[in-house]
Amino acid sequence: MSVLLVLEESGGKIKRASWEALAAAQRLGPAESITAVVIGAQTAALAAEAAAKPLGKVVRLEHPLLAQYTADGFSLALEQLIGTEKPAYVVFPHTYQIRDYAPALACRMGQALIGDVVGIDDGPVFTRQLMQGRLIGSYRHAGSGPCFVSVQAGAFRPDANVAGPDLPADAGSAPITTFTPAIEPAQIRSKPGEPFRGSEQTVDLGSAQRIVSVGRGIKEAQNLPLVRELATALGAELAASRPICDNGWLPMERQVGSSGQTVAPRLYLAVGISGAIQHLVGMKGSQCIVAINKDPDAPIFEVADYGIVGDLFEVVPALTEAVKAAKQ
Amino acid sequence: MKIVVAIKQVLERDAPVRIAPSGKWIDESDVQWAMNEPDAYALEEALLLKEQAGGEVIVVSAGPERVGSTIREALAKGADRAIHILCDDLNGRDALGAASLLAAAIKPENPDLVLTGLQSEDVGLGQTGVIVAELLGLPHATMILHVEKTDSGLKVKRELEEGWFQSIELPTPAVLTVQSGGNKLRYATLMGIKRAKTKELRTVSAAELGAEGAPSVVLEQIAAPKKQKSTQILSGSAKEAAAALVEKLKTEARVL
Repeated sequence: MSVLLVLEESGGKIKRASWEALAAAQRLGPAESITAVVIGAQTAALAAEAAAKPLGKVVRLEHPLLAQYTADGFSLALEQLIGTEKPAYVVFPHTYQIRDYAPALACRMGQALIGDVVGIDDGPVFTRQLMQGRLIGSYRHAGSGPCFVSVQAGAFRPDANVAGPDLPADAGSAPITTFTPAIEPAQIRSKPGEPFRGSEQTVDLGSAQRIVSVGRGIKEAQNLPLVRELATALGAELAASRPICDNGWLPMERQVGSSGQTVAPRLYLAVGISGAIQHLVGMKGSQCIVAINKDPDAPIFEVADYGIVGDLFEVVPALTEAVKAAKQ
Repeated sequence: MKIVVAIKQVLERDAPVRIAPSGKWIDESDVQWAMNEPDAYALEEALLLKEQAGGEVIVVSAGPERVGSTIREALAKGADRAIHILCDDLNGRDALGAASLLAAAIKPENPDLVLTGLQSEDVGLGQTGVIVAELLGLPHATMILHVEKTDSGLKVKRELEEGWFQSIELPTPAVLTVQSGGNKLRYATLMGIKRAKTKELRTVSAAELGAEGAPSVVLEQIAAPKKQKSTQILSGSAKEAAAALVEKLKTEARVL
């Protein structure tokens, strides 16, 4: 069974998420069956970086019109390569970019992408989260044609699988070929601009030692002082899940999650946060995670070291007092 | 501008989730339903565009009978008319199957713009808008926070990862998936709720749309997730639990 692995880069280096996708691809076939693809206008350096990994081969999918990402350009190019390679599986990292074009690419081949996969079991059976992380679903590919899979960040460990002791002897020298797709300028319908930062970042949550983070459970903006007092008592930065920032209750720069900052403090205290995957990917690397939530089944408890199941409007003031008392 | 907004009815956020005896889906009895929040943001963007430039906002939603209440909510907020794709097997369809229904219903409308939320809060595949664009042969952009009409089409603000954004220009007709938080959501007014009752709500069956086909991806089973860590739950009154937590953080985790 051959596997086509689509690698994504950032700033001229292959993203870590791509190597996690390689770890997932290794569950679907042996190293020699995996073909990695690098996409762009100039891909020599990326291809060299990829060839050092345990892979069957590396394809440079190269065209001047692929210099900047567009859904049309990337879909057209990959469609042609898949038509030639005829892989059984096409594996992607589950990034914003992949989410922008992989469903359309799969659709062209009569397929539906199995997106945001967190596990691959024998079968293969692909698992992914449902209902904001409250449930996990097992999916199987049916019928003929390539099976498209994207892999959630942090779900597969590249260090364990890619650089482990069981590397094939020829690792480090995968052959590199180039594939030039046929793309016309008129086929690219959208004009992307250069990426820009939303606003001046004045808070660096990434270097904070302690973070108190607040979610929907706080109900109203006027209740925020409650968590602010706890943060002050702990000497912690205040952060939030997306809905709080969407409502304008806290500035966007205090948002933790896939669309905000990724943090790994010594202490992460989540107040009234259910723990949707978009939030968890931004904080699950924290050393010690505490969750306060009224719902004992909230997914945040799956990653928490300590939990209090209860009404945050009672627990948080009590905790603030207890922290203050402990400091005296 | 003629704008179609595809919305989905999902489980209310705090509703308890029970697995049905089949093990393939949730038990839907005694469950509260709501409009998928990202779709509510898509509707808001459509209503704002209509208020600025005129036009029509048409809501499309697929699902069983119960979906009617969410469609009425959209009409009460200001959508002009609606199409309900009556189908009882939405959960058994893969992303392509669900999007095929929507695309078949949208196509004869020939809209200038199709909007939908970036993902659903239940299955969360985040693919519907992109596939609808592909099926309709239209350009698309995803995770959009702001839409501006230009002489040649649209200029949109797209969210990228880790606090980055990007402007994209694209011609109309086009499909956009809307990220939450770009605008403030409106509530339906009493007048709006009253008016909604007189607005056109057309029902069409999945069979009439002809969007049938075997799924290429099958959801075989659902289950409660496995714990990644063993969580120490601190019980007792709020005061007792708080004191116990501080003690643990000091002596066990050593983070205080």
